[in-house]
Amino acid sequence: MAETSTRRSPLAGHADRLAAATLRSAGALRIEEQPFRTHLDLRLDPSGPGAGAFAGVVGVALPVEPGTTAAGTGVEALWLGPDEWLLVGPPGTDGELAARVHAAVGDEPVSVVDVSAQHATLLLAGPRARDVLAHGCSIDLHPRVFGAGHCAQTMLARAPVVLVADGPDAIRVIVRSSFARYLADWLLDAATEHIAAGA
Amino acid sequence: MLLISCPWCGPRDETEFRYGGAAHVAYPADPAALSDAEWARYLFIRDNPKGPFAERWSHAAGCRRWFNAVRDTVTYEVLAVYRPGEPRPVLP
Amino acid sequence: MTRSTTQPFRLPAGGRIDRSRPLSFTFDGRELHGYHGDTLASALLANGVHHVATSVALGRPRGILSAGSAEPTAFVQVEAPVAEPMLPATVVELHEGLAARGLAGRGRLPAQPDDTRYDAVHAHCDVLVIGAGPAGLVAAAVAARSGARVVLVDEEPEPGGSLLGTTDVIDGRLGADWAAEVAADIEAAPDVRVLCRTTAFGYYDHNYVVAVERRTAHLGAAAPAHVARERIWRIRARRVVLATGAHERHLGFADNDRPGVLLAGSARTYLHRYGVLPGHRAVLTTTDDSAYTAAADLADAGVEVAAVADLRPGGPGPAARARAARRGIAVLPGHGVVAVTGEQRVAQVSLAPVAEGAITGPARDVRADLLLVSGGWSPVLHLYGQAGGRLRHDAAAAANLPDGCRQAVTVAGSAGGARSLAACLADGARAGRSAAEAAGFAAREQVPPTRGADQEAPPGADWLVPGVAPRHRSHFVDLHRDVTIDDVLGATAVGLRSIEHVKRYTTAGTGNDQAKTAATLVARVVADALGVDVASIGTTSYRAPYAPVAFAALAGRDRGALHDPVRVTALHDWHVEAGAEFENVGQWKRPRYYPRPGEDPTAAVSRECRAAREDVACMDVSTLGKIEVRGPDAGVLLDRLYTNMISTLKIGAIRYGVMCRPDGMVLDDGTVSRLAADRYLVTTTTGNAAAVGDWMEEWLQTEWPELRVYCTSVTEQWATVALVGPRSRAVLAGLAPGLAVAAADFPFMTWRETVVAGIPALVCRISFSGELAYEINVSAWQGLALWEAVQSAGGTRRITPYGTETMHVLRAEKGYPIVGQDTDGTVTPQDLGMGWVVSKKKTDFLGKRSFSRPDTARGDRKHLVGLLPEDPEVLLPEGGQVIAEARVPRPPVRALGHVTSSYRSAALGRTFALALIAGGRDRIGGRLHVPLDGSGGPVVPVTVTAPVLYDPEGARRDG
Repeated sequence: MAETSTRRSPLAGHADRLAAATLRSAGALRIEEQPFRTHLDLRLDPSGPGAGAFAGVVGVALPVEPGTTAAGTGVEALWLGPDEWLLVGPPGTDGELAARVHAAVGDEPVSVVDVSAQHATLLLAGPRARDVLAHGCSIDLHPRVFGAGHCAQTMLARAPVVLVADGPDAIRVIVRSSFARYLADWLLDAATEHIAAGA
Repeated sequence: MLLISCPWCGPRDETEFRYGGAAHVAYPADPAALSDAEWARYLFIRDNPKGPFAERWSHAAGCRRWFNAVRDTVTYEVLAVYRPGEPRPVLP
Repeated sequence: MTRSTTQPFRLPAGGRIDRSRPLSFTFDGRELHGYHGDTLASALLANGVHHVATSVALGRPRGILSAGSAEPTAFVQVEAPVAEPMLPATVVELHEGLAARGLAGRGRLPAQPDDTRYDAVHAHCDVLVIGAGPAGLVAAAVAARSGARVVLVDEEPEPGGSLLGTTDVIDGRLGADWAAEVAADIEAAPDVRVLCRTTAFGYYDHNYVVAVERRTAHLGAAAPAHVARERIWRIRARRVVLATGAHERHLGFADNDRPGVLLAGSARTYLHRYGVLPGHRAVLTTTDDSAYTAAADLADAGVEVAAVADLRPGGPGPAARARAARRGIAVLPGHGVVAVTGEQRVAQVSLAPVAEGAITGPARDVRADLLLVSGGWSPVLHLYGQAGGRLRHDAAAAANLPDGCRQAVTVAGSAGGARSLAACLADGARAGRSAAEAAGFAAREQVPPTRGADQEAPPGADWLVPGVAPRHRSHFVDLHRDVTIDDVLGATAVGLRSIEHVKRYTTAGTGNDQAKTAATLVARVVADALGVDVASIGTTSYRAPYAPVAFAALAGRDRGALHDPVRVTALHDWHVEAGAEFENVGQWKRPRYYPRPGEDPTAAVSRECRAAREDVACMDVSTLGKIEVRGPDAGVLLDRLYTNMISTLKIGAIRYGVMCRPDGMVLDDGTVSRLAADRYLVTTTTGNAAAVGDWMEEWLQTEWPELRVYCTSVTEQWATVALVGPRSRAVLAGLAPGLAVAAADFPFMTWRETVVAGIPALVCRISFSGELAYEINVSAWQGLALWEAVQSAGGTRRITPYGTETMHVLRAEKGYPIVGQDTDGTVTPQDLGMGWVVSKKKTDFLGKRSFSRPDTARGDRKHLVGLLPEDPEVLLPEGGQVIAEARVPRPPVRALGHVTSSYRSAALGRTFALALIAGGRDRIGGRLHVPLDGSGGPVVPVTVTAPVLYDPEGARRDG
């Protein structure tokens, strides 16, 4: 694992503002960055032998239903496309996770690309989380449609994002790191009524 | 704001998609064998029908998959969506 | 009966206003009083104020015609607490401290920017019901009970629609009370949203409905600043029920615009909803039985109804006739209003028998301060029309009715032509059930009991009443735009036959009320003038917005810093602290230059350029697009996409490449590094990163799905620092002690994996300046750490950070084009003088076939060349046209091309430019001209040169 003391996450400078907004919302919202998570972009033929062996070796099955996620031991797989997934793991596990994928797939064509530093992850939780997102996201976020176990690549406030429903009141927003500050600012603004209401 | 059904992700707003023009215009197998006129036809000449039109879309902000749609250019109704390589569906 | 001294026309009891909450407001500077629950219009009428505004074109006094959003005349300028121009007084809710003025003509935009908060939200539902009148409420209730997700929107502050202004009874309760109970029940259901004060103003494709919710304006100065004043709702509905009701129509008689002329149903609303009597002595003129109920209610409340002039020769039906008779109201069948006197307020109404457009008997003058009018009802089908719905004229109903729509929409209630309350309720229940079922929910319709409908005489369709004068100069058809029957006849007289053309010629229907009370009147005049059936006239196209919407509401939060996404690199904070001036490159913020105290932009760029050419300088180039291309067929894919050969690249090596479209025009350029046998790293220009990624996917997915290749964008995985200049090797050596940096060990166009400043890095020896240069890639998390290490690596000799402007000068001095600046989609690699990048060996690649088209082989194609102004101080404008003549000739002027890039060069000690010039390479050494300020300005002579002006032999790239 690389030297980490000089690392800086895309929203390091936003931590105080996010925490203050969480506090002021009095339980309506929780907004925080989840820094340094391992994200691997995986491309693989879903019908090939590698996909079949995947769950046993890597510890998570690759979901084939569009817009769904699968949780495994220490790793999670998000469906991004018919032959594309995002593997999510704890910080610092990129090398080991990639090695497991290659072990599962063997000689079959595969692409495993570390995109951990390319992404920022924001957790938006609380009873108002979906309302805040609805200000800038045109997809249906109703729990009946987008409940736990679902993910969606879409636009939030004109920025490309992956939304992951972690529970009825918790949605993870994965965004490219260059958009992260803008999006955090946008979320704080969109939450204005809930933040001030709890003040 | 059209609502277009990605064959994988389901209905999404038009702004998530990129338009790709007429469908079923294949890249010629051997461009060098074509006359200038034939090559120009491939490059520049497209149908512009009033009514159902088979066209390509990419779910650019979603799964990034290309697919085909038959859309009525008068009513904007999306009559069918289908994956690349599949034949244009016969519509009633 | 005792009445308030300050509100002489307010009844002591009744209405839905709250008399325990008196309010004061000012109108035209006068302090007046009203109650919570009033509109500005109802409060004005309670105070006896009828003359509210002055008309736009003719300056005529105008009053209050209606009680709702269709109002064509009572426009006011709200001045406090939030300035808003040109609102109808009939929709402005009264609040403490409201200050308004009647408008003389058009409204005025406030001089101050509106910094009030406005926002927007997306919503989804199974059933969207628009209109919370009797039909809409029942439809929403039935749908909500089925378990469907329901949104119910209504423009009024409370649900009920027409019930708010009547004494109708449903289920043993007053209609308004019934409405409140039903709405509360609906709202209690899960997944249901009831939005009052919300106007659905746009109905777009695929059941996309946009509405505006007015959330705090009614609170006046008490509105909390953090709550959005208005909210735009973007609603996607599986089914829509339009229960939008009907607008009462005006009639075309002489002086039908006098203050004191009031639609009959609106007068009834002022009575029942606001406890206001709009006059003492009234005359009613009508073509519809419904107005008799209004007259009867007003008579019961104390208004003396002097006469009813019913334009229908047979007069009303039995129920209406009995209503009038019971109250001793004289009914004059076959009569119309032929004159109205009273400038500021109706004083006298002349009634006469009329038939077939002529007065057929003597007129009688009736003293009155109120003239009630009803030309029957027009179903409100604006949204239906916007949705693509067809209308058909129904002669029996004397109205346009819905006739089918491609969208999933149902029309219910009086919007669909239902006449009675009972019919509206039943219709609403049916619509709610069918909508819920179509959305996949099992619904059971329930129709609340109400008494049976009146037996009515058919509504009349003769809405034009002859006047005493032969002309129709004061027969207004569009009161807002001051359009008269004469104006419409003028349009048909000059040959206009289409209602759309008449609209544009006369402006009838172009006001912000869209002539909701008058459109059928215009159609009638046109039909009569052309001698055709009104059914053949049709309607003008319905377009959003149904009612005016403030631009600030449409803008919402998409303004200022949140107007568009802003992308920044991992080093952004450093650039800000260093005082960089930024430029927008797509959505990216990139440092343009880093001025030192007292430095102007020219001096800063000149200093940065010298540092890069003579010493060492560094730049944040993280924004360049990066794509990993992996798989056994990666080389095959890249060979097809690039004009040159990529698959022959050795591991560890880098090659510059150009991509073209099939038509041979340059799409993008960049470098390709071969990281492994089956792994390449492609770079793109900053602005094209997403487009090139999409381009690769397009060809892979639609044409070459058999290729075993995967492309993954990694643009932001890496932070990239360019280290440039003759001293860069020494600096890199210090930062990366494990790296063999000698030119022989680390040659040009190769890469090395190493550790720089303790950080794992991929170092590429490439140059966009012609100097010895490196690009150091590290994890974006450690980009700032790398940059700071580079800054301190220079020791006492600072390493100069430089921005995009310097980068542009350096690359232009070398003649390196920027795709999108020096190219524009009509330029081939050969046009750029880069025929060397086009492979002769490959059998095919995108663009190859086009290079043998006659057009791409033309000798007079535009070539990229350099231009040197003869005066070395003159900076040519980018975009400037290049001509042969020393003086701009008479038009047409033949432009030979244009300036694509233009800079001052420290290295050349002069200005220079790049340009695309017809046959440019054949003009090298020749003289051309660039006009500076159009045809009258100075013309600058320039010498055409090769595009490479600095170090053409490439001696500097090894340091």
